[in-house]
Amino acid sequence: MRGQATRMQKIALPLGFGLLVVLLWEAMVRGLDIPLAILPAPSEIADRFAASTGTLWIDFVQTVIKGALTGMLIGTLTGFAVALLIDRSDFLRRGLLPVASFMAALPIVGVAPIMVMWFGFDWHSKAAVVAVMVFFPMLVNTLAGLGATDLMQRDLMRTYSATHVQSLIKLRLPAAMPFIFNGLKIATTLALIGAIVAEYFGSPTRGMGFRISTEVGRLGIDMVWAEIVVSAISGTVLYGLVALVERWVTFWHPSQR
Amino acid sequence: MSQDTVISAKNLSLTFQTNDGPVNALKDVSLDINRGEFVSFIGPSGCGKTTFLRVMADLEKPTAGKVTVNGVSPEEARKNRAYGYVFQAAGLYPWRTIGGNIRLPLEIMGYDKAAQAERVKQVLELVELAGFEKKYPWQLSGGMQQRASIARALAFDADILLMDEPFGALDEIVRDHLNEQLLALWKKTNKTIGFVTHSIPEAVFLSTKIVVMSPRPGRISDVIDSPLPAERPLDIRDTKEFIELSHRVREGLRAGHEAE
Repeated sequence: MRGQATRMQKIALPLGFGLLVVLLWEAMVRGLDIPLAILPAPSEIADRFAASTGTLWIDFVQTVIKGALTGMLIGTLTGFAVALLIDRSDFLRRGLLPVASFMAALPIVGVAPIMVMWFGFDWHSKAAVVAVMVFFPMLVNTLAGLGATDLMQRDLMRTYSATHVQSLIKLRLPAAMPFIFNGLKIATTLALIGAIVAEYFGSPTRGMGFRISTEVGRLGIDMVWAEIVVSAISGTVLYGLVALVERWVTFWHPSQR
Repeated sequence: MSQDTVISAKNLSLTFQTNDGPVNALKDVSLDINRGEFVSFIGPSGCGKTTFLRVMADLEKPTAGKVTVNGVSPEEARKNRAYGYVFQAAGLYPWRTIGGNIRLPLEIMGYDKAAQAERVKQVLELVELAGFEKKYPWQLSGGMQQRASIARALAFDADILLMDEPFGALDEIVRDHLNEQLLALWKKTNKTIGFVTHSIPEAVFLSTKIVVMSPRPGRISDVIDSPLPAERPLDIRDTKEFIELSHRVREGLRAGHEAE
């Protein structure tokens, strides 16, 4: 019974507070007569959203599916693969890891225009920006995870005279999963930011970043907010999906059971 | 060294280099262990009993002297999968079921699926955990987890079992019960067992041979062949022989201490 009550609270409480914020916002905009160009009321944003679902969908596909997800896939897989390589050789650890951390320090506003020059206006350059951004957190988290086994567990593998690959698959990768999912969660957040911001530096006439920057210029602030809503929902769903898979994969971890 | 010798150590020394200078974990240790023996290593912390066991298992390399296991070097014996090792903690993988944990060495050693299933079932019965195959380690008590880890070490065909204070973290009652089970198991499987402990009653109750060790440098101060009969119910601990033997072990431990 108690479990159910808290579960209800878990959903009802944030919903209630969210609703309260929206109501206060609506009342404030109407009561103080704030112009649309400064802050549209939630109802106005909702109207614009409903009227532009076609455009919003095109922008969503361009930015989230093509730009962010593709880039995230490339960046996280590369980060994971490089982590496996670095783990295997001390030579690479000393040589590659500093280079990778240097890459992590590159500012996105500097990388994005260069990627646009290299890969063109379409989503490919956005995916490249995202890949660069998510690569490092994935690499570092995977490396930390691979080092997370204790001496006794590794000794056990040694008594079986297990090969490197065997102990990687049977012991170290499963033990690294909580860390790897941590990296993936960070990557989802970065991926959306990267894909949207990269469109400011050149894109075809679609995409969430493109829409936001042009609509601001035309004072279509309600459309800007509609795009922000799409971005917030995409980010939440993406993060939730990763968390769901994490729950399923690391069911054994004390934080999940 | 006779034909029946399974483990043989000759003038074995191991020095760890630490920041505080070299530590003599083992110095001039010589010992023969015969097939089917139950040998306990007892002594205070720092006497090198665990290090000695780890040298046999090729988890540490000696700095001087020679060890053979089954007539070959410990490294070769490890690669031949000659021994099962039980650690102080059960160390079961939390993402695997109890059955999955026992299957782990079998998967690594390439047993086929049918053999894996049969052996898992067999050793689970041996340690009285039948029916717990599908449970996860965190759903079991500490004593049951340690039994599962023993089953894991028994699952493959190693005729040597090395145990490093396997029951050290368990309470007295559970420990008594596991000691009884271990004796029964040893009789059933005919394995050669090396068993590290710091409990005198445990060493005396279990062993056919008790090796008393003393620290700084780690060395053997006494080797006692147990006069106790093979059949050992728990109440054997109240007999005169048992008490006398415990007394001798205690004397050995004390002598090692005073020699410092």
